[in-house]
Amino acid sequence: MFGLEKKDWNLLLFVAALVALAPFILNPFPENSAMAQFNAGYPDLMQRFVIFGIFAIGFNILFGLTGYLSFGHAAFLGVGSYAAIWMMKLLTMNVIPAIILSVIVAGIFSVLVGYVTLRRSGIYFSILTLAFAQMSYSLAYSVLTPITGGETGLQPKVSDPRILDGAIADGTIPKANLFGLEMGASFDLSIAGWVFTFNAGYYIAAIVMLASFYLAIRIFRSPFGLMMRAVKSNQQRMNYTGLNTKPYTLAAFVISGMYAGLAGGLMVAMDTQAGPERMFWTASGEVVLMTILGGAGTLIGPVLGAGVIKYMENILSKINSDILHGWFAFMPDGMEDFTVAILYPFIGKGWHLTLGILFMLVVIFLPGGLVEGGQRIRALFGRGKAEDKPSTEPAE
Amino acid sequence: MSKSTLTRRGVLKSGAVAGAGLALPTYLAAGSHAGYTNAPTGSTVTLGFNVPQTGPYADEGADELRAFQLAVEHLNGGGDGGMMNTFSSKTLDGTGILGKKVEFVTGDTQTKSDAARASARSMIEKDGAVMISGGSSSGVAVAVQALCQEAGVIFMAGLTHSNDTTGKDKKANGFRHFFNSYMSGAALAPILANNYGTDRKAYHLTADYNWGYTTEEAVRTSTEAMGWETVAAVKTPLTQTDFSSYIAPVLQSGADVLVLNHYGGNMVNSLTNAVQFGLRDKLVNNKNFEIVVPLYSRLMAKGAGANVKGIYGSTNWHWSLQDEGSKAFVRSFGEKYGFPPSQAAHTCYVQTLLYADACNRAGTFNPCGVAEALEGFEFDGMGNGKTLYRAEDHQCFKDVLVVRGKENPTSEFDLLEIVEVTPVDQVTYDASIFGGELGSCNPGA
Repeated sequence: MFGLEKKDWNLLLFVAALVALAPFILNPFPENSAMAQFNAGYPDLMQRFVIFGIFAIGFNILFGLTGYLSFGHAAFLGVGSYAAIWMMKLLTMNVIPAIILSVIVAGIFSVLVGYVTLRRSGIYFSILTLAFAQMSYSLAYSVLTPITGGETGLQPKVSDPRILDGAIADGTIPKANLFGLEMGASFDLSIAGWVFTFNAGYYIAAIVMLASFYLAIRIFRSPFGLMMRAVKSNQQRMNYTGLNTKPYTLAAFVISGMYAGLAGGLMVAMDTQAGPERMFWTASGEVVLMTILGGAGTLIGPVLGAGVIKYMENILSKINSDILHGWFAFMPDGMEDFTVAILYPFIGKGWHLTLGILFMLVVIFLPGGLVEGGQRIRALFGRGKAEDKPSTEPAE
Repeated sequence: MSKSTLTRRGVLKSGAVAGAGLALPTYLAAGSHAGYTNAPTGSTVTLGFNVPQTGPYADEGADELRAFQLAVEHLNGGGDGGMMNTFSSKTLDGTGILGKKVEFVTGDTQTKSDAARASARSMIEKDGAVMISGGSSSGVAVAVQALCQEAGVIFMAGLTHSNDTTGKDKKANGFRHFFNSYMSGAALAPILANNYGTDRKAYHLTADYNWGYTTEEAVRTSTEAMGWETVAAVKTPLTQTDFSSYIAPVLQSGADVLVLNHYGGNMVNSLTNAVQFGLRDKLVNNKNFEIVVPLYSRLMAKGAGANVKGIYGSTNWHWSLQDEGSKAFVRSFGEKYGFPPSQAAHTCYVQTLLYADACNRAGTFNPCGVAEALEGFEFDGMGNGKTLYRAEDHQCFKDVLVVRGKENPTSEFDLLEIVEVTPVDQVTYDASIFGGELGSCNPGA
């Protein structure tokens, strides 16, 4: 169906089931239990999972297929965000024009950046993209303050023109919506102590994510995808056979830039604000981590990697020493303090440390990322078949 | 590519999937409940403290968190009660807020708007916080304030000094106790004129972001009104660590005062560079060369060490103040943590108490009721003398301290001395001068 092979169709169905049931899967603990700390099924985080999933899927089309490591992808995300917020301020709070414009603007910007940076490959390409991203960040932070709002960023205001929208009721504020359905609208389902939240914005982002995932599968399986894999394995050889690879790499760069723009547009749609920090180089580094952690060059890997990183950033970082003391209160005093002292550097503000350790372990022992881990576990239980194994060569 | 595989079964299947996907949102829209966002139902109420735990303002963030923990302890009846005893409103009695025990959740803003909003949203959506407080940068404060307005909870701003927070970006659900750039300028100008004369030539170095712009403008306007001349205003990148190339041209410009519109690490570095260049030993236009730092904090003074001696600036509060409120706060903070609180800690502590008191007076946690109780509220005993929460822009009006780096500090905390307490009338301005609109309160849900 949809021009997919059976195996890919199953994968798509699996991902669709995961995102559709996410409110249940992510809230495994009852509302008032001590473990509720680890629940991740609230709208903001679920939205982030799928949005950064889109970002990572797009990045993987460039990095996983062609091997070009862009270190400035957050610039496209930021440009998409600014395009979307301006669309909301000027035209309408409906998310559709905002998202469409964010993809277009990010696409145009990536053509410009790609045209310049793709003249080089390897480390020089990475440094050039990094330079472009930092330039965009600095411009947005100070020089372009009239357009970007500088450090403060942009938010919709009551006084914005919004040509297509009627005047909003007195005392209300403009909210992002899809033909009247507000992104923040949620429905809570309580079943015996468990509370599951179904959020409109999340499901809209999830549908967009499934569409992007589907498109990524089609690109991976197409002759175009094959050409990009050839670029990754030996670009020089292709050039010697008389083939110009530049259009292919540029196309991959622009497609992945548009994915980033789409993610940026969706971020604004879910949380109407755009600021320059999302273009900072750490944001570009984060998507590289997501892709490698999950498994570069695999279909589902980047989505998993995005999920793991966002989970740690939002859940682990909120555990403070009081909560730790609460957990270990059953121990004798001295031992309790000792345990807390040992654990404390790895949680709360130390979540970066835990992430770093996890990343190192994955890169050293599972070069194919979490996807390889999953395959090894399957093989262990004797269900993994030899032909199921995609290549797990680490990305260069 | 691949050949088309359009079959009857395929079309039906795809249609069903797409239909279900489209129908889902309509079903979701039905869900909403009455009242206001996160109305507390049990015996506890949750507050969200969103502070920078990593990044350039982590020191301020850590001090804010200490103050929040102290405030919650006092609200729940622990400790010695601190400022609750000196506060002019007497509704706080150590039984929590409206009889509910106060609990809190913390988050890391990383001094980034995105991270701060993500953290605040998780507090609102997951932990059920009815109030968000904290932050130590105006960009973050403005972003989180807008989020709270949208979500229908109260935002009690922490350390944010830009005019924008209660100026062009003000929101009905947001309140700020801290002072702002305009007040710094208005308080500093007369002191500078008294000490340095009225015919000075000023050279500004300004951090290249929103807070820098508003501070530069405020100091410029108020000093020019005193007769000073502004020779030049140069913007410096926020990430700059070596300011030598910016200091060298100052001497050639003929200016005799250098104004450093910098905060945190920026100010520590630029001031150190300026002093090392020997600017303060120079005679220009037959006058001693002087340096001014509009916004001072104890943590910054500590970073700059001996270089701050004799340099003027303004601050919201200082632990050496001798009124009853300040003394009570410094005592309980010192007993718990072993050192005096910073101005960031003070404003966060006061904001938490003010919020709790407003809930008690309003008899509800509903943001609209709380906002009404805070608007136009006059109080005393919180360390800054008589204070008014102005209804028009939700900004506190109180005396502003002008401080000077101490010549002979007695300890590592005793770095600033109070030169003058500028009375509130002198720093009050018309609410409409910065534009923006407050809108009306949003209870959410």
